[in-house]
Amino acid sequence: MSEIPDDLKYTSTHEWARDEGDGIVAVGITDHAQELLGDLVYVELPEVGTDLGAGAECAVVESVKAASDIYSPLDGEVVEVNETLADSPEAINEAPYEQWIFKLKMADPAQLDNLMDAAAYAAAVEAEEH
Amino acid sequence: MPFIPHTEEEIREMLETIGVSSIDDLFDEIPESLRADTLEGVGPSLSEMEIGRLMQEKARQDSGGICFIGAGAYDHHVPAAVWQIATRGEFYTAYTPYQAEASQGTLQLLYEYQTMMAELMAMEVSNASLYDGASALAEAVLMAVRANRKSKSKRVLVPRSLHPAYRATVHTIVRNQGIELLELPFDDATGQTDLDALEIHAGSDFAALVIPQPNFFGVLEPVDQLSDWAHRNGLLAIAVVNPLAMAVLQPPGEWGERGVDIACGDGQPLGAPLSSGGPYFGFMTCRKQHVRQMPGRIIGRTVDLDGKPGFTLTLQAREQHIRRSKATSNICTNQGLMVTAATIHMALLGADGLARVAGACHANLNALVEKLTALDEEIEPRFSGPVFHERVLRLPMEVPQVLRTLAAHNILGGYHLGGDYPELEDCLLVCATETRTPDDLEKYARNLQRVLATRRQGACATMVRFDL
Amino acid sequence: MLIFQHSRPGRRAQAQAPADQAPLEGIPEAFRRRNRPRLPEVSELQAVRHYTKLSQKNFSIDTQFYPLGSCTMKYNPRGANAMAMLPGLVDRHPLAPESHSQGFLSAMYELQEILKSVTGMAAVSLAPMAGAQGEFAGVAMIRAYHDARGDQERREILVPDAAHGTNPATAVMCGYQAREIPTLPSGDVDLEALEAALGPRTAGIMLTNPSTLGVFERHIDRIARMVHQAGGLLYYDGANLNAILGRVRPGDMGFDVIHVNLHKTFAAPHGGGGPGAGPVGVSERLAPYLPVPLVAFDGHDYHLLTEKERPDTIGRLSAFGGNAGVLLRAYVYARMLGAEGMKRVADFATLNANYLMKRLVEAGFTAAYPGRRATHEFIITLKPEAKELGVNAMDFAKRLLDFDMHAPTTYFPLLVPECFLIEPTETEAKEALDAFVEAMVKIREEARQEPEKVKGAPCNLPVRRLDDVRAARELDLKWEPKGETG
Repeated sequence: MSEIPDDLKYTSTHEWARDEGDGIVAVGITDHAQELLGDLVYVELPEVGTDLGAGAECAVVESVKAASDIYSPLDGEVVEVNETLADSPEAINEAPYEQWIFKLKMADPAQLDNLMDAAAYAAAVEAEEH
Repeated sequence: MPFIPHTEEEIREMLETIGVSSIDDLFDEIPESLRADTLEGVGPSLSEMEIGRLMQEKARQDSGGICFIGAGAYDHHVPAAVWQIATRGEFYTAYTPYQAEASQGTLQLLYEYQTMMAELMAMEVSNASLYDGASALAEAVLMAVRANRKSKSKRVLVPRSLHPAYRATVHTIVRNQGIELLELPFDDATGQTDLDALEIHAGSDFAALVIPQPNFFGVLEPVDQLSDWAHRNGLLAIAVVNPLAMAVLQPPGEWGERGVDIACGDGQPLGAPLSSGGPYFGFMTCRKQHVRQMPGRIIGRTVDLDGKPGFTLTLQAREQHIRRSKATSNICTNQGLMVTAATIHMALLGADGLARVAGACHANLNALVEKLTALDEEIEPRFSGPVFHERVLRLPMEVPQVLRTLAAHNILGGYHLGGDYPELEDCLLVCATETRTPDDLEKYARNLQRVLATRRQGACATMVRFDL
Repeated sequence: MLIFQHSRPGRRAQAQAPADQAPLEGIPEAFRRRNRPRLPEVSELQAVRHYTKLSQKNFSIDTQFYPLGSCTMKYNPRGANAMAMLPGLVDRHPLAPESHSQGFLSAMYELQEILKSVTGMAAVSLAPMAGAQGEFAGVAMIRAYHDARGDQERREILVPDAAHGTNPATAVMCGYQAREIPTLPSGDVDLEALEAALGPRTAGIMLTNPSTLGVFERHIDRIARMVHQAGGLLYYDGANLNAILGRVRPGDMGFDVIHVNLHKTFAAPHGGGGPGAGPVGVSERLAPYLPVPLVAFDGHDYHLLTEKERPDTIGRLSAFGGNAGVLLRAYVYARMLGAEGMKRVADFATLNANYLMKRLVEAGFTAAYPGRRATHEFIITLKPEAKELGVNAMDFAKRLLDFDMHAPTTYFPLLVPECFLIEPTETEAKEALDAFVEAMVKIREEARQEPEKVKGAPCNLPVRRLDDVRAARELDLKWEPKGETG
């Protein structure tokens, strides 16, 4: 069973979101997602300044045999991207919850409440596997 | 039964194993109403000898012409070793190297090809081929629109001096994605893309500029200025070049201050026979920063479990079998065998050999032009720009008529430009590669002179018979 | 060793290039190349030996059983190659006048007619250069048809989830959205889901029949009616035509447009990845949109038809007329088969596949669609083996290579876990099929006794399993002389 920290919020498409304060949220992919994909070889980052709607495709993670879109969990503007991933995508495999992919300035912080908590996400993963 | 090994006894055994009484039973899931009874129009089976005789006859019908046509396909000498090796069963009957360990021959060859092509173009990376030059340019246009992040435009500048069939092909392939091609005029005197006309577009948003070298008229374009103009104005520069010419001409990676972003073209001059237009192969090279936007197979070098070097398909997440609707292209099968031939061709000739071939073409074209223009003061080069191995000549007679008469005497005298360029109705595009002999040039001149003579006599050219 | 490592400055194969370097008289200095490209400098023998040796590192149809599902790796007759390379054909310029083209054009015209007959379509264009380009032409014609009727709301192409990746990729290249339709556990398309997806946005559907699951879509009649009623058109992906050649014609199934992979069904060589040829056939209503050029016959001479004569065409797909050399090989093959031979292709491809499936099932392997007939190919799932023995489809595939057999298609279609898509083709003898079963049984036994051997396979090939992850992370796409140790 993959790791699902309690202090994060989750989407059904396997992104996690962490409230960084000041209306900023960090976004990455879950342990379960990185396990499914296998060794990552490339991360395509969004551009800083892009306005995203919740559910918008905004980045791509690639392994040798698969490529997976990353969807924005919330409405907001990209304010920072994790440039180190361009050279070391494997960092996501090693520590999926430490490696955020991009940070959003949330348009409406209340939207965070629409995301799943750890228990709900664990149940969703469980359901997907059956 | 041609190509079917089964004996009667084996068929019985196999049906018994399956548990059916006849082969017909194996089709029992197909609705009866859909079964075809006869195939009209296919005809009876022919033996190898019979079809051989038929094909010899067809081949004979098309033989005998001395070719002075270029226009995108060039009659070069191909070393005998090239196709003898390329048609070895191990190359000829393998498929895409999905099982890398069982395909190291093809994979290493493709890695060598990528290296050679990148070297020839002075570019950083190459893919393992696309279909042909025209469709490769279409893919380059799509790629440029994706890769140019500075531009929001789906408009691309395309010179009218680019091969008309390339322009048509690009149009077919990109138009459904809402990409717009804007044509640039050529300078009526030089035959080069008109730089003043280009300047009008400075400051407008375009994704890319296409730069042919040589252009369809055989003329060399001012590639440094064109490439720099593109970069100055936020466009990507796409080169579409004759790869043989790059043995002696400045390669796209060195054009202007930065070199182009994508260089593509048709690999036919590197070992592919004329073969009625195909199979040839499209090549594509680019800067490394754009490699993930490049369509087609790409081979990488890596190591195996024991640390031994080996080769494998890489960056496959760009491709349709993984990325499906978000792939860089729908291309799957490419032109692998032609690339096999091209790689062996380039290895045999080397940089020096290719430069000699290119030099011989250029010299032959000059000799031909000299001979033909000496026939009559009204035959003259239409454009003043420097050329590689093709040139546009203006004729004082109706060009299709001249070509028909020449063909009747086994001279395939060139390509009439009037169909694609109404203003060049009286113009002929001629080519002479290294395979044309002094005798061939002489025959062309002699026959053309006779056609001209008929004009002076006011007679109809086709009515006149003459000997060679 | 790479060809570059055989290189010595100043060495070259002398005989193939002109003896002298002619001066570049008309080319101003500014246009000339300053640095020579680093191409190999080798002798003719070195080049010949190097590439001959490389060829020996390949598996191929001529040397191994090659049951790569969906690729139809059948025997490629040598005669077809010899005849396509005859002087007169191989050196014909694509823009040669019709006076010097009647032989070639007559072969192309006859091939158009043959393909019309075997597909049951009204007209054929030979222009597309591969299956994917045929798909492109087909969907572009569907779009041209709707656009000409002012029916521009239709923007969706339906694609079964089992389809080749080229189908959705093609839809997008034509400016359409691809919408997936699920497949039932039986292998047939989910008709309820199809019904729900059809509507005023439907431009058409792309189907492979038999499907990539190795079964015939039994409700094709109904699907055709449903799609047509909704105003959409049907596209037939001809990748699996080998299964029904001469037996069933896509035109009779209700398809409006089809492409044929000549490098599959018509035995043109696969060439290590190509060239292919993907002619398209259409029903009457799409005929005006066919890509050019086409070949016409006026009862006396053969002519090429271009944009001039065909103003509604979707246009050109290449600089000239497509992969003529591949078309010639397919023509020779078709004439050698004749009408009876075509039917035999489907018969024996189907016999071989059903026999091999039955033998594998008897040997304890799991058919993915056990209640169904195999077509020309079938799927087994190695999920039980993966679960019990920890040895997956990839391991089986790699170990098969050690047994001197090419692996089937693995992990496609994605719907079936641990899948092997197996296509033996009609040209394989019974012994080859029996040997494959034996090898599979042996590998399963090895997986029980010494699983590491299977997981570490292959071990008898020029290289062992390659590090794909490293290849993608540390891109090495071009040889550089510096730091070379190899």
